[in-house]
Amino acid sequence: MLLFLRKQKYLIDYTLSSLLRRKGKSLGLLAVYTTIVFMLASVTLFTHALRKEAGLMLQASPEIIVQRMQAGRHAMIPADYLQRIGRLRGVMQKAGRLWGYYYDPIVKANYTIMTEGQSDTPLTEIVIGTGIARVQGLDVGDYLTLRSQSGEAFSFQISALLENDSELVSADLLLMSPKAFRRLFSIPEGFYTDLVLSVRNPREVNKVAEKLSQLLPDTRPILRDEVLRTYESVFSWRQGILFVLLLGSVLAFVIFAWDKASGLSAEERREIGILKAVGWETADVMRMKFWEGMVISLTAFLIGYLAAYGHVFFASASLFEPVLKGWSVLYPQFRLTPYVDGLQLATLFFFSVLPYIVATIIPIWRTSIADPDAVMR
Amino acid sequence: MLIQLKDIKKVYNQGKPNEFQAIRGVSMAFEPNRVSCIKGSSGSGKTTLLSMIGCLSRPTSGRIQLGEQVISSLPERFLTDVRRHTFGFIFQRFNLIPGLSVLENVMLPAYPLGLPYKKLVDAARRLLQQFNLASKADNPIEWLSGGESQRVAICRALINDPKILIADEPTANLDSKLSNEFMQLIAELRQSGRTVLLTSHDPEVFDSTVVDRVVEMRDGVVLADVG
Ligand SMILES: Nc1ncnc2c1ncn2[C@@H]1O[C@H](COP(=O)(O)OP(=O)(O)O)[C@@H](O)[C@H]1O
Ligand SMILES: [Mg+2]
Repeated sequence: MLLFLRKQKYLIDYTLSSLLRRKGKSLGLLAVYTTIVFMLASVTLFTHALRKEAGLMLQASPEIIVQRMQAGRHAMIPADYLQRIGRLRGVMQKAGRLWGYYYDPIVKANYTIMTEGQSDTPLTEIVIGTGIARVQGLDVGDYLTLRSQSGEAFSFQISALLENDSELVSADLLLMSPKAFRRLFSIPEGFYTDLVLSVRNPREVNKVAEKLSQLLPDTRPILRDEVLRTYESVFSWRQGILFVLLLGSVLAFVIFAWDKASGLSAEERREIGILKAVGWETADVMRMKFWEGMVISLTAFLIGYLAAYGHVFFASASLFEPVLKGWSVLYPQFRLTPYVDGLQLATLFFFSVLPYIVATIIPIWRTSIADPDAVMR
Repeated sequence: MLIQLKDIKKVYNQGKPNEFQAIRGVSMAFEPNRVSCIKGSSGSGKTTLLSMIGCLSRPTSGRIQLGEQVISSLPERFLTDVRRHTFGFIFQRFNLIPGLSVLENVMLPAYPLGLPYKKLVDAARRLLQQFNLASKADNPIEWLSGGESQRVAICRALINDPKILIADEPTANLDSKLSNEFMQLIAELRQSGRTVLLTSHDPEVFDSTVVDRVVEMRDGVVLADVG
């Protein structure tokens, strides 16, 4: 056992000194390798975190949203629709919601404004998402001015920042009193943006939706499940594009590794021959080269993964923004909640380390099983 | 350890258009504790023969026996084991590994044996001392002169304490003064109980008094065997 360990240590020492001997080549390889791991890990971390956030967001959202449609457009819904729905079986709660998008030309971003509190909430108080706070450099106690459709300015004092598990939800969110909202958007009392219904039993959702369509023919029910599916397909589609790109680069990498290895330089081949001639077994050479591959790929994996982690969770995945997010709602810079799992790590490892090891070890094996008498010439 | 060759043949690229028979039936024996030199013009098969004796390659047909052991039919794993414990090699081009220090180059053959580091370093330093290289132990191999490089190659060949030393054209890259010194080292090695097999077409080597026996080859067969 001790003998075995000492032997491995000699082989690893030799490997490390070989890597240092070929510093330029080793560093070049490491750089390419790290970049690929970085890209792969960035995509994986980013899409996983987005999915997770979307899931969190939807969990908090109502099972059914009722929108009124007029001439194919979303229109304000009268409050008396709530009465017209009446008592539907399975519906636990129903309420009217007020919300809307607000385009801020200064930071060129869309905010989502929602309402909170009762009619006695002070008119000039506002709660803002951390994304907006960061972009605008605002904090509690500061003032924020919004303009209504007619150009009238409304000034709000920030009473709190929104803290949330998921910044996807809260980054671009503003919360104000219903009264202030009605003033800002000129919505008369008795109208809502939409209605939300919560349903006790998920299996009854479709039935409830059907009944709603009969009761209120000018409305459209939106089910949470549908939204979830839309999100999923958007994520998958974008992820798909990225993965095609990545697959290309991974392939290029494998070819590069293969080329590097099968075109073992004359010098490397000679070295393998010398080692065998002076008494190394084929297995010793293979082990040494295996350690070499491990050192390179583990280093690349570690650096690439950590860099990707920073990129996605601290630099807002800035490199992927144009591809992965298309929604103006998400425009304010937001920070994803770090989310890592074992399976994801294992998959990444599998797709980056394994191809390299295989691609390099096979040609080395072919070289090292050859008779070493060539070194005599 | 007696080395016996029986009707050895070696065919390169067998079955291909460029098939070439390098050794065409050689039978002979090398007694232990002697210095033998194989001479002959370039292409006569000297290197091929030595590499088969040294377990670096296998004959196409025929039998090589090392003491009691038939090595010509051993699988590669065992062949390596025999090679590691029985033979030390000194190559014409020295074949030291650039970028490693003198000491590391000498220790290289012992790595797979997994000896305690201290023991290994001590053995290597002792050898370097013996061959007047103690002060160069930590230098990169590239800094050495031709004569020094060869002495490092000898140290490397001796690190696993082999019984048989194989040196293929060892003086081809040395001037005559260094060639002479090399032959003196060979004399010392025989004194220490080792068997030495040399190849050369350099009279400085095969006419040297250190050599006990000269075998002459041409076109893959033995022409003359003196001593
Ligand atoms: N790997 C090989 N493939 C084909 N021919 C070879 C190979 N190695 C050596 N030969 C040929 O075998 C002959 C003997 O070579 P070698 O043993 O190196 O001769 P020497 O060492 O006496 O100069 C030469 O003609 C050489 O060209
Ligand atoms: Mg030769």
